[in-house]
Amino acid sequence: MGDWIVVPIVLPAVMAALIVLAVRHYILLQRVFSITATVALVAVTLSLVIFANGNGPEMYALSDWPAPFGIVLVLDRLSAMMVFLTSILGLGVVLFASSEWDKRGKHFHALFQFQLMGVNGAFLTGDLFNLFVFFEVLLIASYGLMLHGAGADRLKAGMQYVVVNLTGSALFLVGVGMIYSVTGTLNMADLAIQVANIAPGDAALLRAGALVLLLVFCVKAAMVPIHFWLPGTYANAPAPVAALFAIMTKVGAYSVLRVYSLAFGDNAGDMAWLAQPYILPAALITIAVGMIGVLAAKRLNNLIAFAVIGSMGTLLTAIGLFTPESISAGLYYLLHSTFSAAALFLIADLVVSRRGQFGDSLNTAPVFHQSGFLAILFFIGAIGMAGMPPLSGFIGKLQILDASRDSDAMVWIWSVILVTSLMCIIGFGRAGSVLFWKSASAEGEIVVEGAKWPVLPIIAACGMLGGLFALTVFAGPISSYLNGTADQIFDTSQYIRAVLGDGALAQFGQ
Amino acid sequence: MEFLVASSIGLLTTCGTYLLLRGRTFPVVIGLALLSYAVNVFLFAMGRLTINMPPILREGVTEYTDPLPQALVLTAIVISFGMTALIVVLSIRAYLEIGNDHVDGQPVGEPSEAGDKN
Repeated sequence: MGDWIVVPIVLPAVMAALIVLAVRHYILLQRVFSITATVALVAVTLSLVIFANGNGPEMYALSDWPAPFGIVLVLDRLSAMMVFLTSILGLGVVLFASSEWDKRGKHFHALFQFQLMGVNGAFLTGDLFNLFVFFEVLLIASYGLMLHGAGADRLKAGMQYVVVNLTGSALFLVGVGMIYSVTGTLNMADLAIQVANIAPGDAALLRAGALVLLLVFCVKAAMVPIHFWLPGTYANAPAPVAALFAIMTKVGAYSVLRVYSLAFGDNAGDMAWLAQPYILPAALITIAVGMIGVLAAKRLNNLIAFAVIGSMGTLLTAIGLFTPESISAGLYYLLHSTFSAAALFLIADLVVSRRGQFGDSLNTAPVFHQSGFLAILFFIGAIGMAGMPPLSGFIGKLQILDASRDSDAMVWIWSVILVTSLMCIIGFGRAGSVLFWKSASAEGEIVVEGAKWPVLPIIAACGMLGGLFALTVFAGPISSYLNGTADQIFDTSQYIRAVLGDGALAQFGQ
Repeated sequence: MEFLVASSIGLLTTCGTYLLLRGRTFPVVIGLALLSYAVNVFLFAMGRLTINMPPILREGVTEYTDPLPQALVLTAIVISFGMTALIVVLSIRAYLEIGNDHVDGQPVGEPSEAGDKN
């Protein structure tokens, strides 16, 4: 299985180059190549998940340079799950975009494949500086995708998005530099050993470096107070791109989980669970800010963007508790919130494109095509996002509440999550009733040119909702996989043994 | 030498941060460029400051300078160069489309033409 670990990175990279070099003038061929590659990616990542489910962590050394000197990719249950999630989401996005969006600008499919490459690389890499490089790859592709089909609003939001992320990248390098200066390594498994054995005089520098890095990851994860880039970016990005960005915030959450459980986890001595005291309060405020935004939003896309912030807060709350139960619950919620955010952005685009000049403002407008059908889709998506039964959001939030029962902050967590869930229900209920019910009684009808039943976009939107149903129906097996994942995250010696071999574990004190 | 390097990094960072917080795109771009210079020098210093030493380990060599930060800086320079080019193009496009060069798309103190869209 070893060599297959690199496929989720190489396949999109080769395909992107092929699309931009060989078929850049033929939109049909681009679609065929892009969709075929994404389907293949789904198949490969599914087999990686099945492999990771039955085996311990596996390492792939790039160019066969031995760790910790070379760059390694590591496949464990967590990274396998994340690349699989990325490829499923990618398939939905590319299907949606292939009907019409990809014609509004150039090179959509090439940028899309580069984006997949960057995201998959960030999930698979076992090296801190390589993580920076893949962050840059995914950001560069995302700049292009965000500006796809341009327009004044999108350029304005894009400019702010680029500036925020460039500043984030500068801070990333500062953090990595400080960590390297005292530990002399960038390999995450090796870092775990060096952190455990850090000289007392260097501890302050290491702590500062680790916290700068935490700040960078939290910019990516849109945690308060550094979430300001998200609403403008997501609300102004093209719909399929906004749906794809649902995984980008998860990259930040994943990095927090990976670095601060592996290198700064139980064995880190004075620095054990370094991130915990900062993440939990900030995450709770993030939920509140997101859901207040949901109540205040006057545009549909802003509403969904703030709901994404709220769901990131819920996810970070679960991660911030850093217990096996909460991590398992948080990962389930991560899967759920990715699908529900993507589904809502896609459905919102179907609605907005049918409302003509009314766009995505939350005002009553005359009836549009398929108002009834889209109302059903929106209703399902909103139930998912708000975390109401019977869909997976309910199960996820319930698990998170259950996992926080032993925490000191239990009262805070329960009250914030429950109250904000109500706010989310009100916000989405109001939006849905304005868009679909009140509009039904308005005079006239909006007629917009275009296909009446665009097949691919509807399949893609329904597919994302189908993901929610699948998560609900198969909650048992998925939860048992995630419990195994959480156990693996907490048993860091498995990861270190896979990368550095048995000899290194002796220094780790196990 | 340590003092010189440290204070120049500090000065670059200060100027970069100040310019980054300005309202127009041109100072912001210059600010980002200064910030990335500061980060590059900072990364370089993370391998400890040494003069006239080989960057590689050879038989019998006991004094050397750490080659890894140099490789990291090289990567960081390539990326920040590309990013600067991108943001320059982006600011020109934004200026042409929006009609002014403010990061928020509107001059300070003047209401936006389209009204509050949020």
